[in-house]
Amino acid sequence: MEHYTMHLTLKVWRQKNADSKGRFETYEVKDISSEMSFLEMFDVLNERLIREGKEPIAFDHDCREGICGTCSMYINGRPHGPWHATTTCQLHMRAFRNGDTIVVEPWRAKAFPVIKDLIVNRNAFDRIIQAGGYISVNTGNAVDGNAIPIKKENADKAFAAAACIGCGACVAACKNSSALLFVSAKVAHLALLPQGEPERKTRVVSMIEQMDKEGFGSCTFTQACEAVCPKEISITNISRLKKEYLRAGLESDR
Amino acid sequence: MYEKITAENPYEVPMRIYPAVHYTMGGLWVDYELMSNIKGLFVLGEANFSDHGANRLGASALMQGLADGYFVIPYTIGNYLADEIKNPLVPSNHEAFDEAERKVSDRIDQLMSIKGSRPVESFHKSLGRIMWNKCGMARNAQGLQEAIKEVRELKEEFWKDVRIPGEINEMNPELDKAQRVADFIELGELMCIDALHRNESAGGHFRDEYQTPDGEALRRDDEFMYVAAWEYISEHQWQLHKEELRYEEVKPTQRSYK
Ligand code: SF4
Ligand code: FES
Repeated sequence: MEHYTMHLTLKVWRQKNADSKGRFETYEVKDISSEMSFLEMFDVLNERLIREGKEPIAFDHDCREGICGTCSMYINGRPHGPWHATTTCQLHMRAFRNGDTIVVEPWRAKAFPVIKDLIVNRNAFDRIIQAGGYISVNTGNAVDGNAIPIKKENADKAFAAAACIGCGACVAACKNSSALLFVSAKVAHLALLPQGEPERKTRVVSMIEQMDKEGFGSCTFTQACEAVCPKEISITNISRLKKEYLRAGLESDR
Repeated sequence: MYEKITAENPYEVPMRIYPAVHYTMGGLWVDYELMSNIKGLFVLGEANFSDHGANRLGASALMQGLADGYFVIPYTIGNYLADEIKNPLVPSNHEAFDEAERKVSDRIDQLMSIKGSRPVESFHKSLGRIMWNKCGMARNAQGLQEAIKEVRELKEEFWKDVRIPGEINEMNPELDKAQRVADFIELGELMCIDALHRNESAGGHFRDEYQTPDGEALRRDDEFMYVAAWEYISEHQWQLHKEELRYEEVKPTQRSYK
């Protein structure tokens, strides 16, 4: 692949901490290779800023291969930027043209307060998982991998739901800041498998309860979440969640 | 994923495949109960050395995480705690806590007070270059000796000239990274020392000097049938503990992809 050098203008949200007011700061970023990833471009910019004695831009990242879900940022008005089904870390600079202006913001949702610049606190997701995103299992002995038969269709659906990396783009894209796509992916993943059976009646209720407590909005089915999800989590999971919720309500012993 | 990175469709254009650093092999020493040489401190998964001595093949991270977490630790932690159950809780105002806290905060203060000129990232890259060129897929004694020298020089420069912006008591990714890179430099030096010590080729460790006429890894089991466990003594000083390996059923053989 041919690569070319780009000169870009970056408008980045800078905010010292949760209590201070943020603002956009403009940076002229020269000599960026079209083959760099979006985060590499930030690395280069940060190295330059540090050499100039300025504060580098704080952003979250870890795996840089689309599996951890930390690289949350809004790029040109879209979570994770312009490429379909792609996390920010997998986005490459050839997605933009030489001379472009790129606007970068943190997720904006009440339940995800800004920690610094582009980093938001997504602990609310962890607490939702703690409320029910687990299974009971016996340790100590090897269970044969194929001891419990699982219908192929269910296995595939569970697998697709399990692809959710908890990035929060669904919340960021939603005008209601609803976390329902995320929660539905977790609920569906476990509800479809026999291993999820022991907690099935309580899981969905506890997770929804926690979700509401965290201050996420209600779902009005705008489907913006599905459109921006880097893992292509389907909104049919939301229907499954509703079914699970109803079923839990009817059958629950609580 | 490949297409996103390279902008080439692998169904149409042949894939470009090249080696890259994945992980380091080895890890913290543990006994058969997965307890480190610090009593009560257990090390699980890839952080310990037990299954990743010379090899790190695909998915072994998952394998070791499962093996240690599923099969080993449920028994061994209980075994350890059984003897501890009568001991009262150690309060966190114990002097060991104070000492550990002091050590960490001293190191952070030291790092922040350097106020040098080079960003952490540039040190990380320099270290990567040394390791890739001289302690990479094929190594030799001369390169490793040079690498040890270069890493030591880099370490000196790091502790003299690193620039970490921001404050201590705030979210500071540069400070976080500086602490990691400081550790990587130390580990890099030890990796070179270990690779220099192991005068054979085995698993992921290929020494130019030890190969068969057709370029395969030449093991020297008569001399090197042991785990090299290095104990930290002081700056640039590690003591070697040899842990003999005995294979009764399966015999190690030469690795060959032919
Ligand atoms: S559902 Fe999609 S957008 Fe939402 S957290 Fe999971 S992966 Fe991210
Ligand atoms: S850094 Fe892990 S998904 Fe982007």
